[in-house]
Amino acid sequence: MRLLWKLLRQHISISQFSGFLFANLFGMIIVLAGYQFYNDVLPVFTSGDSFMKANYLMVTKRIGTGNTLSGRISTFSGKEMAELQNQSFVNKLGGFTSTNYKTNARMGINGQQILNTEMYFESVPDEFVDIDKTVWHYEEGSEIIPIIMPRTYINMYNFGFAHSHSLPQISEGLMGMIDLYILARGNGNEQEFHGKVVAFSSSINSILVPQAFMDWSNNKFAPDDSTQPTRLLMEVTNPADEKVTTYLDKQGYEIESDKLEAEKTTYFLRLIVSIVMCIGIIISVLSFYILMLSIYLLVQKNTKKLQNLLLIGYRTNRVALPYQLLTAGLNLAVLLIAIITVFLLRNYYISIIQALYPEAGNGTMLHTILLGSALFVIVTCLNACIIRNKISKL
Amino acid sequence: MQKITFDNVTPKVFQGQGNLNSEIWQTEAVFEKGRLYLVEAESGKGKSTFCSYILGYRNDYSGNILFDNENTLHYKANKWAEIRSRHVSHLFQELRLFPELTAMENVMIKNQLTSHLDEKTVLSWFERLGIPEKVNQKIGKMSFGQQQRVAMMRALAQPFDILLADEPISHLDDRNSKIMAEIMMEEANKQNACVIVTSIGKHMDMAYDKVFKL
Repeated sequence: MRLLWKLLRQHISISQFSGFLFANLFGMIIVLAGYQFYNDVLPVFTSGDSFMKANYLMVTKRIGTGNTLSGRISTFSGKEMAELQNQSFVNKLGGFTSTNYKTNARMGINGQQILNTEMYFESVPDEFVDIDKTVWHYEEGSEIIPIIMPRTYINMYNFGFAHSHSLPQISEGLMGMIDLYILARGNGNEQEFHGKVVAFSSSINSILVPQAFMDWSNNKFAPDDSTQPTRLLMEVTNPADEKVTTYLDKQGYEIESDKLEAEKTTYFLRLIVSIVMCIGIIISVLSFYILMLSIYLLVQKNTKKLQNLLLIGYRTNRVALPYQLLTAGLNLAVLLIAIITVFLLRNYYISIIQALYPEAGNGTMLHTILLGSALFVIVTCLNACIIRNKISKL
Repeated sequence: MQKITFDNVTPKVFQGQGNLNSEIWQTEAVFEKGRLYLVEAESGKGKSTFCSYILGYRNDYSGNILFDNENTLHYKANKWAEIRSRHVSHLFQELRLFPELTAMENVMIKNQLTSHLDEKTVLSWFERLGIPEKVNQKIGKMSFGQQQRVAMMRALAQPFDILLADEPISHLDDRNSKIMAEIMMEEANKQNACVIVTSIGKHMDMAYDKVFKL
């Protein structure tokens, strides 16, 4: 092999192969970085709530000008709920209960107070909250309340507050840093509670407390008020079932969902990433062409040597091997440099995405490495076949 | 391989020229293992063509060339690679050495394919052929006569049934051509091989079993 390489390396043009190396590297980085970015960003738009199953739908009554003018109430009566419960597609149904008394909340992060406002809480039956029951639990009279906080609060803090006050941004893993003090007033009583954040929610935009606390506190601070729910939570067998939408439309109900928005965003994200990856692939294909032209030129310049080797008994495969290894080596170098570059690039942008969506860093580069390796194998095999074919035609 | 048969072979360039008065073309010529042949030809009679047909890098002929009873027209590239490294060895008239490599490397590039010789044997041949100081010299810096000796050593760096030496001594003096003939025949006899020497005039002085006029 050493002698063979000594012979066949004659006429290798460093500039041509460097040209290929850079062009292919550029293309490969674009393809892999696009793919990695897509994988890292996608969960920002598509992830659901960990404590809520995907087949839960939130149902409200449609609010239009008519309702407002006619004073038609937007709450669900017991009869309406019973009727909905009886539908074949409904597995489970529960209403949102809201506080009937006044509450004032102070929110602080790591001791720094950032919010002080009047607030209201809601609760849903515990069976809809998929959190360990020892955590999602309230004992009457206790000062500590587990709560689920809307994710938008964290975003608001991270982008609005933390930046302008030079405070550290927090991720969901650090939710223990959040202090929430709640002052409840009503019926001549006043009591302060300490909220303990146990989860974040993207789909519910109010602060959730356990049903047990809600029932107890409503009873204590507003014993005479009782309101009907304005929102229902229902578990359906199949959210895409046409019967669900047909029935809800007929009743004048609508499903609260941010899923549609997320789908639109995901679609555009996919489109943009596809365009970027296509550009990367075009650059890679052109660089592949450069490599093949360089190899053709090399084979052409070394034709006599190659012919002589074949005439003294070398097989085509053996003679093609040095050039095949050369291209494989170049492709491997491109792959490794591209993966390292994407790794560094990812480290840079992931911190920006993490501020928006703290879980973004949880993904790995495994799929990108697999994609890169698959491209490497395909391109190298293609190179090998073309080189062999060219030499066998000498 | 026991024999090569030229069965009514006519190179396409000679077609339409009528009777070629050749003992190889347009007739049956058989070259058998263990025998020594001389193929004599005037310039332009197709001597190099004859060699290229045996080595399989040209097939522009009519008729059949048989290795034992197999028609070589049906051989694929890998079969020819096997023939060229195990059965038919060729000392090319134009030598086909690699000027970038040293004399030793030129022999070894073939030997590493076949593992037929040890380095000691090759060095002893360099000695006998009077070019021991050229072992590590680049081929490009050697005279044609010296290169001819290296090319012969390379031709012997493989097992063979047929050794085809195309004008092996065209640039050698009598003493060196005698030594070369000795080494060549030692190796051929060891393997009971057929040796075909071609010549357009000057040829090795040996006891040929048969002389063909091309």
